[in-house]
This record gives sequence, structure tokens and C-alpha cells, in this order.
Amino acid sequence: MARMKFLCDAERCIECNGCVVACKNEHEVPWGVNRRRVVVLDDGVPGEKSISVACMHCTDAPCAAVCPVDCFYTTDDGIVLHDKDLCIGCGYCFYACPFGAPQYPQKEAFGVRGKMDKCTFCAGGPAADNSDAEYEKYGRNRIAEGKLPLCAEFCSTKALLAGDGDLVADIYRERLTRRGGRPQQWGWDTAYVEKG
Amino acid sequence: MTRNRNLTPERRRRYWRITLASVVLMVVGAMALPLTGYLYVGLSDAYAQGGGAEDSNPRANYWRAVRAGQAGSSADGVNYSSVTGRPMPGSDALWLNRETENLINGDGQNWRQIRNRVIAVYGGWILFGLIVVMLHFYAIRGRVNLEDGASGVKVLRWTAWERFVHWVTAVSFLVLAVTGLSLLFGRSILIPLMGPEGFSVWAAIAMGLHEFVGPWIFTPGVALMIAMWLINNLPEKGDIEWWIKGGGIIGKSHPSSGRLNSGEKLWFWFIATFGVACIVTGVILAFPVEWAQTRSTMQLSNVIHGASALLWIAFWMGHAYIGTIGSEGSLEAMTTGYVDVNWAKQHHDRWYEEIADSAEHVTVQQPAGGATGEPTTAKA
Ligand code: HEM
Ligand code: SF4
Ligand code: SF4
Repeated sequence: MARMKFLCDAERCIECNGCVVACKNEHEVPWGVNRRRVVVLDDGVPGEKSISVACMHCTDAPCAAVCPVDCFYTTDDGIVLHDKDLCIGCGYCFYACPFGAPQYPQKEAFGVRGKMDKCTFCAGGPAADNSDAEYEKYGRNRIAEGKLPLCAEFCSTKALLAGDGDLVADIYRERLTRRGGRPQQWGWDTAYVEKG
Repeated sequence: MTRNRNLTPERRRRYWRITLASVVLMVVGAMALPLTGYLYVGLSDAYAQGGGAEDSNPRANYWRAVRAGQAGSSADGVNYSSVTGRPMPGSDALWLNRETENLINGDGQNWRQIRNRVIAVYGGWILFGLIVVMLHFYAIRGRVNLEDGASGVKVLRWTAWERFVHWVTAVSFLVLAVTGLSLLFGRSILIPLMGPEGFSVWAAIAMGLHEFVGPWIFTPGVALMIAMWLINNLPEKGDIEWWIKGGGIIGKSHPSSGRLNSGEKLWFWFIATFGVACIVTGVILAFPVEWAQTRSTMQLSNVIHGASALLWIAFWMGHAYIGTIGSEGSLEAMTTGYVDVNWAKQHHDRWYEEIADSAEHVTVQQPAGGATGEPTTAKA
């Protein structure tokens, strides 16, 4: 079975935030909850890089290991999903996740968290595929429709890749060979400037 | 063989010595030689650190630094994300879903290992083991009874206010222990019993109760107890002797003691240190954005909270044992407020000496059976 992966090519990403907008719109993610974000490393310093990040659908996922109600599951495609009917909004998965992927709608005062929300790789959740209940809780289920995550489909520079890990790796490997740089050469030049 | 028989005793001894030495050399060598691999690795590491750094791959170094949570290419570089969390109403500084500019933070994996593999595993075994030990202790030692029976004359030990604070705190402690343990062990113990849906309902209630009772009921209770009993818990000369006699747990001796004995003082100081740490970290966890806590703060708080909470529960089991089935007349002290004079003399002699003249003594009709109205277990 294919194992789904995201990969963001930091030498192509131009911090346009198209992926963020695509995700927000496709799933109607509420204000303040961010399933995907773009992080600029060394902001404003020459050589700064931007990279788009969301849940990375870990093997042996830390979030799943600490959840008190054990509400995470991994699909046959290697996508990590969770059941909002079980989630109690304790915040543990957010403490455990390396990428800050779990997000919370605010419930009331004191920053009490609502049920956790995170990137689903556009694969919905445990509710029936493409049902209203699924859309309301988890967003669109594009995988069930045979489509890939919208963020990657939207990416203008094709920095963000999503899909079967083997194919993603092949594409990236080919890019690297084409760039042909030695490891000492790096920066946008390697991706965008034509080699003589 | 014939040749051996011709050896002089001296040569024979030498022969054995050589044999023995060879065997020892072989065994030691067989164990030590493979270890030289470490020497090789150590040397090559030293070589790599000394020599190779300038030749290393800048791209790999950059991502290694990013992976470690630093911004990479310059010393003062900072990360930025235009995607931010949600501001809390009425505050510019606080918002949910923070730290969006942090690309990767590996600390969570350490926290996971400590919580799941150390605190839950060792904490669970300590609590379980302690129950077994206490059952055995009770089976062997039984209840510590009043040696001279009940005198039928009682003195006040705990005022109504003291008892009120004690029981409010005690009940909220039990609520916190049950709900807290449900969050830590429910996944392995309660989900198989209640099913995932049933447990999820209970876990949500448990979390709500825990986060309400902790800061609003339990914390004031503990603060009051520390304030009102501090004076009785200061170290005295008699404490050393009490510990030398092991508190009279074993055997028949009764070390002399003031209003609170040294074991109770240890319990007090445990609460004043570990207990306070548990409460402070609990409050940090219960208000996740109130002080703009980072994930790393929350992880550390959870570790301190969980570890101190489990120790507290363990210590509490001992406290509850002695206060109820372990010692005749102790529970009565905290429920009615009064103790029998003989109890006071047996367990807290110096305290009784102090108050004997001033305290009001109440004579109660002595039930035929004995001190507490139960079938007599005390010696007549
Ligand atoms: C002021 C007092 C306390 C406060 C504010 C507090 C708060 C918290 C919070 C916020 C959590 C994290 C789970 C959640 O979000 O509900 C927690 C977990 C926990 N608490 Fe407390 N707590 C307090 C006292 C105690 C006491 C006295 C005990 C033990 C008797 C205790 C035992 C636990 C345990 C075992 C956990 C689970 C830890 C884990 O799952 O890793 N707590 N507490
Ligand atoms: S939420 Fe975080 S820890 Fe869980 S699978 Fe996604 S990236 Fe991994
Ligand atoms: S917030 Fe929800 S999904 Fe995350 S660990 Fe807590 S119960 Fe599990």
C-alpha cells in the first residue's frame, strides 16, 4: 500500500501562503485554527528560507502515544487521523507533536480548549466518507474522491509535494540530480537559475 | 603422565601456575579485545572533530540546526510565520495555538518517553506495590490499639475549623487523585472496561473536575493547612529519637512526641515541598495560555506534576492507613475532634503534658466494650 507523504522543497518555496489559503478554504477551517502554515527561517537575513508545514503523518506518531483517550488511528495509506467524538481537548497531542500541528478552537474563558483539529491529508475522519458530519468535523475528504491534498495541488512553484512517498521521493531525487549542485552550492540559484 | 610423576613438587607448582595464568590471560583477553573497538571509534571521533569541520556540508549543517530548533544561517536569525493563532478576547499578549513560527520542536518526543515509560510505569508499580505491602503489614501487625484501654476522659485535639479544612482538602484530594489517575492510566485500564466512547465521556468529566477542584478548592485547602499547622511541624529535639526508634512502627516502644509526631511532620513537609510543586505545575497546566506558556513549559510542568502527584498519592496511602485501620482512635480524632486521654498519652505524650492543665476534659460514659464503642480489642 502506498504511504502518503508531504515534502516541501525549501529551495522552491517562495512564501506565497497559497497552500495555507487553499487549506483554509477547502475545509472551512475556523479563524485561529491553522492546519497548515508557512515558516520563514532566518526571516530578513540574506539566505532566508521558507517552508510549508502541517501534520507530517508520522509513523509511530507521538500525538497518538500520549492521547489519554486513544483517539488516533493510522489509515492504510499511512495517514494519521483522529476521532473528534472521543477527543477531550486536553492538549497532550500538541505538547508531543514536533510540528505544532494539533490546533484548538477556543471554548470559553481561561483558554479552555475545544476539540483538537489538525491536517487530515484531505482524508476526512472516521465519519462516513463525504457525509455532512465528516465535512463539518474534519473537512473535505479528497482522498476518498481520488484526489490529492489541495495545498500541494495549489502550490505555484510545486515546492509542496503530496502523495505516495515513493513517487514524491522520485520527483525530488530527479530535481536534485537536475540541479546538479555540489552540497556546497545552495540557495535559490540551485533551483531557479539555468545552468550553463 | 609418567613424565608428570617425575616432576618435583616445585616444578609441578610452577606448571600449575603457568596454566592458571594462561587461562586467566585468555579469558581477560577474550573479554577485553573486542572493547578496543570503542578505542577506535573514540579516536576517529576525536579526529573528526579536530579535522573535518570546515569540509562539512553547509546544507546539512543548516538543516541540522533547524532540526535542533534553531534558526539556521546566522546567529541572530529569527523565524517568522504570517500565520498566527487566535488572540484571546481582551488581551494582546495571549493567544491560543501559539508558536507558529517554530518549525520543529523535538522535545515532545522526550516528554512522551518520560511520561509514558517512566512516570506511568514506575509510578504505577510503586502504587500497586505499596498496596500489597500495606496489606501484608496489616496482616502481620494489625491495628495499634490503646495499650491501657480507654480512660473515658477526652480532650479536644482538632478544632471544628481544623477538621473542616482537613476534610474539604481530603475529599478534593481524592477527587483529584481519581480523575488525575484516570487521565494517566485510563487508556490502559478503563478503555478495556468502559469502551472508548464510555471512557471518553468519563475522561471529559474527569478533566473538567480536575481543573476545577484543583485550583479553586484544593489549593486554598492546602494553603490553609500549611498556614495553620506550620507551628506544630517545626523540628524539635525529640524528632531524632523518634526516627531512631522507627516511630514505634515495629515493636512496642512509643517514642515521645509533641502535637504532631515526626512521621506526621515528614508528611507535612512533603506537602509543603512536593505538594506545592504539584499544585504550582497543576495550575500552569490548567490555564494553558494565561501566562503565555510554551510547549516546553507545559511538558516540564506535566512531568513534575505527574511525578509529584504519584508520590503524593503513595504517601497519602500511608497517611490514610495509619489514620484509619492502622491505629485505634486516630480517625475519631479527626471526625469528632476529641481523643481519649490514654490515646494522647500513648501517641503524643509531650503534647498532652502541655495541654493537660489548660484543656477542657470531657468525661464520657465508658461503653462496656472499650474506648470507641467497638467490640473490645484493647487490653483491659
Ligand atoms: C491545584 C491543584 C491541581 C491542578 C490545578 C491540577 C491540574 C492538572 C492538569 C491541568 C492536568 C493535565 C490534564 C488536564 O488537562 O486535565 C493534570 C493532570 C494530572 N493530575 Fe493534577 N492538578 C492538581 C492537583 C493534583 C493532585 C493533588 C493530584 C494527585 C492526587 C493530581 C494528579 C494528576 C495526575 C495523575 C494527572 C495526569 C498526568 C498525566 O496524564 O500525565 N493533580 N492536573
Ligand atoms: S499531529 Fe504531529 S505527531 Fe501527530 S502525526 Fe501529525 S505531525 Fe506527527
Ligand atoms: S487533545 Fe484530543 S486528540 Fe489530543 S491528546 Fe487530548 S484527547 Fe487526544
